[in-house]
Amino acid sequence: MSSSVGNHAGGSTTGGWGLRVLGLGYIAVLLVAPLILLFYKTFEEGLAPPFEAITSSDGLHALKLTLITVAIAVPINTVFGIICSLLLVRHKWKGNWLIDAALNLPFAISPVVIGLSLFLLYGKHGWLEPGLAEAGIKVLFSTPGIVLACIFVSVPFVVRETVPVLQEIGTEQEQAAETLGAGPWQTFWRVTLPAIRWGVAYGVVLCTARVLGEFGAVSVVSGNISGETQTLPLFVEKNYQNFNLPGAFGAAVLLALLALAVLMAMNLLKRKEAA
Amino acid sequence: MGISVEGANKSFGDFQALDDVSIEVPDGSLTALLGPSGSGKSTLLRAIAGLETLDSGRVLIDGEDVSKKPTQKREVGFVFQHYAAFKHMTVFENVGFGLKIRKWKKEQVRARVHELLNLVQLHGLADRYPSQLSGGQRQRMALARALAVEPQVLLLDEPFGALDAKVRKDLRTWLRRLHEEMNVTTIFVTHDQEEAMDVAGQLVVMNKGRVEQSGSADDLYDKPANEFVMSFVGEVNRLGDNFVRPHDIEVVRDRDDSTEEAMVQRIVALGFEIRVEFVLGDGTEVWAQLTRGELQRLELEEGEIAYLRPVHAKSFNGSAPPDPQGASTPPGPTDGGDAEVSAAA
Repeated sequence: MSSSVGNHAGGSTTGGWGLRVLGLGYIAVLLVAPLILLFYKTFEEGLAPPFEAITSSDGLHALKLTLITVAIAVPINTVFGIICSLLLVRHKWKGNWLIDAALNLPFAISPVVIGLSLFLLYGKHGWLEPGLAEAGIKVLFSTPGIVLACIFVSVPFVVRETVPVLQEIGTEQEQAAETLGAGPWQTFWRVTLPAIRWGVAYGVVLCTARVLGEFGAVSVVSGNISGETQTLPLFVEKNYQNFNLPGAFGAAVLLALLALAVLMAMNLLKRKEAA
Repeated sequence: MGISVEGANKSFGDFQALDDVSIEVPDGSLTALLGPSGSGKSTLLRAIAGLETLDSGRVLIDGEDVSKKPTQKREVGFVFQHYAAFKHMTVFENVGFGLKIRKWKKEQVRARVHELLNLVQLHGLADRYPSQLSGGQRQRMALARALAVEPQVLLLDEPFGALDAKVRKDLRTWLRRLHEEMNVTTIFVTHDQEEAMDVAGQLVVMNKGRVEQSGSADDLYDKPANEFVMSFVGEVNRLGDNFVRPHDIEVVRDRDDSTEEAMVQRIVALGFEIRVEFVLGDGTEVWAQLTRGELQRLELEEGEIAYLRPVHAKSFNGSAPPDPQGASTPPGPTDGGDAEVSAAA
């Protein structure tokens, strides 16, 4: 027994190192190198140019709009994601495959197509346009459209992370809570939700990152008007197109830092929980 | 609080888990639902708790029909085979869960939880998480959690099934004592007949969704209603249409009209108990349970011929069982060369 363990350890020193170098090399070339180059290019001429670009009124507006979108889309998708997960796992029903398939659509369909489909629904001559116009609600080329597009593309994350955790914890804890006198609502808040919280939290992080960075769908429905309907990713693109490289790179670095901050917050929480 | 179930039926798809089941559990009793897996015993227990809804039939607790009541209002304590511990809560929070739901005051909860932790001998572990406990400790925590709310009845679903043999034995002695102290009507499900007989005063034997027989351990063992009960509550040999327990086979060295010739195939010493395996003239295999002393008196060796006399044999075909008690030859040492074939059937 001990000799086979020893052999295994020996194997991991030769073959294992090969795999490690391959994996790390792949990550370095494809993921890390471009990011480092981006940071380098951004701060090539000091902190001032990118800082000025971001703190311009258009830049600040783009940041604000992006954060507002996150603040609306992520909570909605979190609540909806938990409800969907409970439906899929706890309430077996013949039509569940349909929900399951529909939840994969945003993964499968290009964001541009999603943007266009929203256009058909809410745009001029769209199905919902007459009613909305009457009510004085403008969806396209304004914040509601951007939020809708972001919700659409980021729907699956919370569900996909929560479903396996729900399956894993099983129903016994919930049944135990019932026998102890807890109603469905109390059972959910005191037993189910705490048990799935890390799955949900991970889904929220992925969802947030996606909403922060969404470009395709938003660019179709927003109209990309500087200082009005421009989110950070659109701001990056417009500055790049206009050869304003400090602005483009500055905003890009800001986006990357926001995403990193979300991931780090998640890791810190997890470590605190484990301690 | 007495529990009765009347005409319970439950199917899962094509599988009939409960088939017109009726049982009566007296107030304050400790009753075992005994049966092989798939016999419906767990489904019946879960139906009493309201964790399964019956297709038809009624559940009565203390005379009240609770069939339509949701689980949370039935005031049953339930203990699951795999503990169902709330993993994100400490032992204290687990045990206090039901009290918190009932909006007890903090000091009252603390007093009650500590009282129960003392009862289940987990004092000092209040701040641990379930993952830091052993299996036996987790199950005692689950029991304390169920008892905290002073349930009308206590239901245990294979409570010791996931524990190792030594812990099982300790816990079942302990459960029996606890029941004597608390006197709450208790039903527990098990597939282990020894466990059922050790712990419970009343047993209900189930098979294929039906109740085969209920009664005391002695009733079931001595007066089994059918072949299934007889073979499930103890070891059994089959001799033609008759069934006989291994300790009800007398082994002698001299043949007479009431004996059957057999060859010793194997002698297995299990401490004090000796298991002697025989093969009869027609190829039937039979084993007899002897004591060490009996074996020494008989001087049996593997490959030798001996004579078997079944005592208390039972037949379930309606015909009176042959019970050749009385005139018997006292077993004594003889030479083992007697190889005549007996004419007995």
